[in-house]
Amino acid sequence: MNIKITGLLLASFILMLNAVNAQTKKQAPGQTALAASMARGKIVYTSVCLACHMADGGGVPNMNPPLANTGYALGNKAALIKIVLHGFNEDVAINGKTYSNTMTAHDDLNDRQIADVLTYVRRSFGNRASAFKAAEVSEVRAASKK
Amino acid sequence: MINRKLFFAFCLSLILTGGLLSFKLIKNDNRSRSHEAADAGLTLPEGFQAAVVADNLGSARHLVVTPQGDIYVHLAGTKNGKGILVLHVDGDKATLKSSFANFGGTGIAIKNGYLYASNSREVYRYKLDDNDQVINPDKPERIVTGLLDRRTHAPKAITLDNDGNLYVNIGAYSNICSEYDPNKTGCPILDSAGGIWQFKADKPDQTYGDGIRYATGLRNVVGLAWNQQDNQLFVMQHGRDELHNLFPKLYTVHQSAELPAECMFALKAGDNAGYPYVYYDWIQQKNMLGPEYGGDGKKPADSKYINPVAAFPGHYAPDGLLFYTGNQFPEKYKNGAFIAFHGSWNRAPEPQAGYCVVFQPFKDGKPDGKWEVFADGFAGTEEQKASGHAVHRPCGLAQGPDGSLYVTDDNKGTIYKITYNKQ
Repeated sequence: MNIKITGLLLASFILMLNAVNAQTKKQAPGQTALAASMARGKIVYTSVCLACHMADGGGVPNMNPPLANTGYALGNKAALIKIVLHGFNEDVAINGKTYSNTMTAHDDLNDRQIADVLTYVRRSFGNRASAFKAAEVSEVRAASKK
Repeated sequence: MINRKLFFAFCLSLILTGGLLSFKLIKNDNRSRSHEAADAGLTLPEGFQAAVVADNLGSARHLVVTPQGDIYVHLAGTKNGKGILVLHVDGDKATLKSSFANFGGTGIAIKNGYLYASNSREVYRYKLDDNDQVINPDKPERIVTGLLDRRTHAPKAITLDNDGNLYVNIGAYSNICSEYDPNKTGCPILDSAGGIWQFKADKPDQTYGDGIRYATGLRNVVGLAWNQQDNQLFVMQHGRDELHNLFPKLYTVHQSAELPAECMFALKAGDNAGYPYVYYDWIQQKNMLGPEYGGDGKKPADSKYINPVAAFPGHYAPDGLLFYTGNQFPEKYKNGAFIAFHGSWNRAPEPQAGYCVVFQPFKDGKPDGKWEVFADGFAGTEEQKASGHAVHRPCGLAQGPDGSLYVTDDNKGTIYKITYNKQ
């Protein structure tokens, strides 16, 4: 009985060690700027976007548009930045379905947060499109302030 | 030493796998006991059965069933240019007979020889013959026109009383009015939305000026019904969203998933249910001051706002309300309320919930006792439900002439017929 328990403890300890090992490997300093932006973007996505667009970017039928493989998410960068900055208040048709919920403005996010979260969206949920730089957000923000 | 370690790790994995497998077997065993095949995938109380009488109809919203066994079901949009389908029920099968109305919508009701149906701006009525057939499907009479449609909460659900009045929900075109009330001086959209309006059931082309704002401070109502027992309007409000997203310091993710309550209100003329200033916390069982207006999750609301008569978990989305007056179901269901919950989206990242039909017992025209889940399993697997990718989503409710309960699903366009037959 005692041997069994010791064995169990030992085994779970090994498993834990392995997990910790893997974690540290993932966060090793050699990672690229893109991966860092993705990681920061995921944090923004989780706290700001997920409640409506869902963890898998699938959205909500009739209400909140999906972000996976849509012309919007993969398309014009300035248009996407504007949606985040100013919100979105019109019916949008995607793949034959309309979505009508109002999206509030998120101009309280800074340029880097917006670049990060859009990069995350464009490279998650099966999406594979170009990343964003904070400077691109600054430009659109400045232009829309005039 | 390494060998021993490996051996223990191996043992552990065996134990884990064994445990998981037996758990799965137990689960499967439970499932097979709930007569799923016979009940159209639904789980129901003992003695009840469900059948799919129609399928793939389109986005089936509210429906009515006539004494002759015909179903009028309103589609959210049009299908082949028609927004209302007519089916005839024969046992466990309903056959499509015809379709009419060049508009989609949610609201549909029968009263005093007329079929009423709404889109997001107007209410029409069609004269019925002695067999409750629409006499002239191409020439409805427009009863109400010019109602606001600003996309959010646009469907105009309807019901009628016994005194010649029509009640129309005009939902608030906003989550919590914050974009229209930046200085918190009072939500300006309540003059023409966020409430129930009363119109005459027989007067053509009425608009705001002809009706009265019967009750205000209601964010959005889809399920509403006239209670014949105490001659009163009952509504189900869709509660606000995003307590945590908007006020992360005041509400946890979990609180935001459970709050606020989805509320049932019994309305009298002039009532104010408090939107957007107030929400109901079903855990504290109190009307609370909304965080946009100085609330912190603890401050109670001004007592001038009415309290709900029943409260349900957050974001379940009540889309259908029916008072059961039939004789087929056991006595406890008589005059009680069935509520169709469309299911949540604003519970993420917590698992989504709802997607069921609930029964709320009533006594003398008021809720009496705790609600219970009556029909469940619409969503499909636990994973389909938790992720929000529900297969079926309950929306409309109707009672058949024999006391059967009909439930629509607006995702796959299914109509369920639930019957009771104690063996």
